Amino acid sequence: MATYIQIDPTQKLDPFKSVKKLPLEEYFTSGHRTCQGCESALVMKMMAKAAGPRSIILGSTGCMYVANTTYYSTSWVVPWMHTQLGSSGSAALGTSAALKVLMRKGKIKNEPINVIAFCGDGGGADMGVGAISATLTHAEYNSLILMYDNESYANTDIQLSGSTPWGANTTFSSPGKVKRIMHRRWKKNMAGMMAAGHPECKYVATICMSYGLHGMNSIRKALAIGGPTFIHSLDPCPKGWDYDPYLSHEMGELAVNSGVWPLYEVENGLLRLTGRTEQIAAGKIRRVPVRDYLLKQGRFAHFTNDDIDYFQSKIDDMWEKWLIPGVIPFRRDVEADTPPSS
Amino acid sequence: MATATYVEEQRSTDKTALITGSEAIAVACKLADVDVITAYPIRPYDTVMQYICKLVANGEMDCEYIVAEGEHSQFEIVKHASACGARVFCGSSGVGWMYAMEALTVTPALRIPMVAMVGNRALDDPGAFGVEHNDALTVRDLGWQLVWVDSAQEALDTALIAYRVSEDRRIFLPCAISCDGAFLTHSQALVKVPSQEKVNEFLPRYNRADLLLHPDNPITVAPQGNEDWVMEIRRQNYAAMERSSLVLKEAYADFERIFGRSYGNPFFEEYETEDADIVLMGMGTLSTPVKVAIRQMRKAGKRVGFVRMRWFRPFAAAELAKSLGRFKAVGVIDRDYSFGSPYMSGVLTTEVRSALYSAPGSKPPVLGFIAGLGGREVTVPDVEKVANSVYEAADGKSQPLTQWIGLRE
Ligand SMILES: Cc1ncc(C[n+]2csc(CCOP(=O)(O)OP(=O)(O)O)c2C)c(N)n1
Ligand code: SF4
Ligand SMILES: [Mg+2]
Repeated sequence: MATYIQIDPTQKLDPFKSVKKLPLEEYFTSGHRTCQGCESALVMKMMAKAAGPRSIILGSTGCMYVANTTYYSTSWVVPWMHTQLGSSGSAALGTSAALKVLMRKGKIKNEPINVIAFCGDGGGADMGVGAISATLTHAEYNSLILMYDNESYANTDIQLSGSTPWGANTTFSSPGKVKRIMHRRWKKNMAGMMAAGHPECKYVATICMSYGLHGMNSIRKALAIGGPTFIHSLDPCPKGWDYDPYLSHEMGELAVNSGVWPLYEVENGLLRLTGRTEQIAAGKIRRVPVRDYLLKQGRFAHFTNDDIDYFQSKIDDMWEKWLIPGVIPFRRDVEADTPPSS
Repeated sequence: MATATYVEEQRSTDKTALITGSEAIAVACKLADVDVITAYPIRPYDTVMQYICKLVANGEMDCEYIVAEGEHSQFEIVKHASACGARVFCGSSGVGWMYAMEALTVTPALRIPMVAMVGNRALDDPGAFGVEHNDALTVRDLGWQLVWVDSAQEALDTALIAYRVSEDRRIFLPCAISCDGAFLTHSQALVKVPSQEKVNEFLPRYNRADLLLHPDNPITVAPQGNEDWVMEIRRQNYAAMERSSLVLKEAYADFERIFGRSYGNPFFEEYETEDADIVLMGMGTLSTPVKVAIRQMRKAGKRVGFVRMRWFRPFAAAELAKSLGRFKAVGVIDRDYSFGSPYMSGVLTTEVRSALYSAPGSKPPVLGFIAGLGGREVTVPDVEKVANSVYEAADGKSQPLTQWIGLRE
């Protein structure tokens, strides 16, 4: 069969067997000034560890730029470059294209180098979605786009994004005397959209670093498989979600165990529910009520019981009515969506 | 559409080809062995990408040729490729250039030596395909080197010079080559295409050096600077632009030595200025009707000259002021506008006045003329009208500081 595109070799990145087998070297170290309990900073650390030293990392504007990379006190040990808010896709593509052609022409040493571009949910699910989508169609360029989703434009003072959950209190959706629910849009299904819309993309996954080994091994798989890949990470953010920083880890667990955040991967078109989500789907464990997750966060403190019930019903819907539960929201039957009045 | 049709073998391995301005730049990209090129459609610049596509498809050029999903990405992709050491080419026109604006601002700030072609085009609305210079001029304050060329030959030569200067470690700034839409992008002319050997002698490889983004050089590029460092970093860009004049002169001198073609003063071309009473000024293909008009006016005994600005950034203020000081009055024809600017003049006019203000010696009056917007042709009678007004000013008669020429009443 004729091959029309040339995919360059990637690094061999076998899964880490256990936490105890992780390398000690850190490639994202001190020097940053993120909030206490910032899970996105943890994602950066784990991502860099999973990728290793022969990597180039590009980072969109957002907390993980502004709070991580101060002049003269960068936290990055590997080469790192800022990219514009909506440019994670273009940054991955341009970097990967340069490496490819310079190696082909013998202008730099030929070796597999990981290219990772990260973006927040504002940069990824809103502004940069077009560029990410384009990059996922360029099958000959190896890269990973990692969207760290703290569910708001956090760096600019917590404004709602297309990835903010329904009803959440942000500085652009703060409840008032007449209107309780100012944010009436449902969260975008980014990973599902990327997986369904880009048949040449070999790997899409959702992760949450409360399950660190799972997250790191997803990243290694994404880098090793070749071509452009996408990972969507849900990151509890104490400032934006308004909870005590010591709860960050638990908050991630609750997101997964309540079924709000399904973990899965789509590898070469094959869908696999992973981690706790797989166990929920198999009926081995029961979903925790979303109430337990929502009421731990100040951003939902204004919710009435009706609001919580509505939220729960949408999550139930996702698990019971979606064509592929948790992943693809196509349905066989249509029912009216009736959100509570604000 | 065809790639360069070589019509005649020239001395050594130089060739002569009948090609458009866009095609001339495509040929320059091939000769420069550009590594990463990104394309997005908008007329009139996009012909250059059509030619490059053919060069790649025919195996005449080895590069990553990427069709982006918008101009913002188009410019961001090559920006990042350049940071990793790739020689890059990009381009746009009109609103496409504006769509890329964020990328255009960070490119010089990051010291990326991108070479771009602007096929100058009127900005929307209303839609117009024709030339106006406002698109490229929007980046004039940001650290882009800006040059206007008026022939396919000059387009090819200037693209090679642009790579040489932009990629000089003393500079590391991007360069946009402006070609008037239709009048240059789509007009064929005979062009001397230099041999690969000569180009190799003139143009060293791009070496990103200490700024290379690579695991062997694990730097952090563009961390937050804020009030602590941003000012010092801006000052470095200022210094680089200041050095650009010098490096440009070196490059033009070397160009003449290697290719045997001279452009005289790199920054502006003077035409029939030696004995001139008054001069007209402008950029790009305006030179054609202006030169024809000057030849006619001279037959009628009027000593009119022309100064065509080639490099707008860096702006050769002192040299220009010295030259203009020889004349009784100056008329600047802008193919652009700057609403609300001093005296409501066009951009070039305002810059010329500013250059003269602080210069020693005589300061002729400078009249501004706005003409040829939206691709409207500037005719020989238009130019004569301009010259007449400038003559009046030279005779000390009061004239409006800004006039629109060729406007429907
Ligand atoms: C083009 C552009 N518009 C707006 C901004 C302002 N801005 C800076 S950081 C940021 C928040 C980005 O949110 P997200 O991508 O979710 O990352 P987070 O801050 O949450 O980590 C915004 C809007 C910008 N830098 N660039
Ligand atoms: S606001 Fe949220 S994402 Fe930003 S640094 Fe703080 S915890 Fe991290
Ligand atoms: Mg965010």
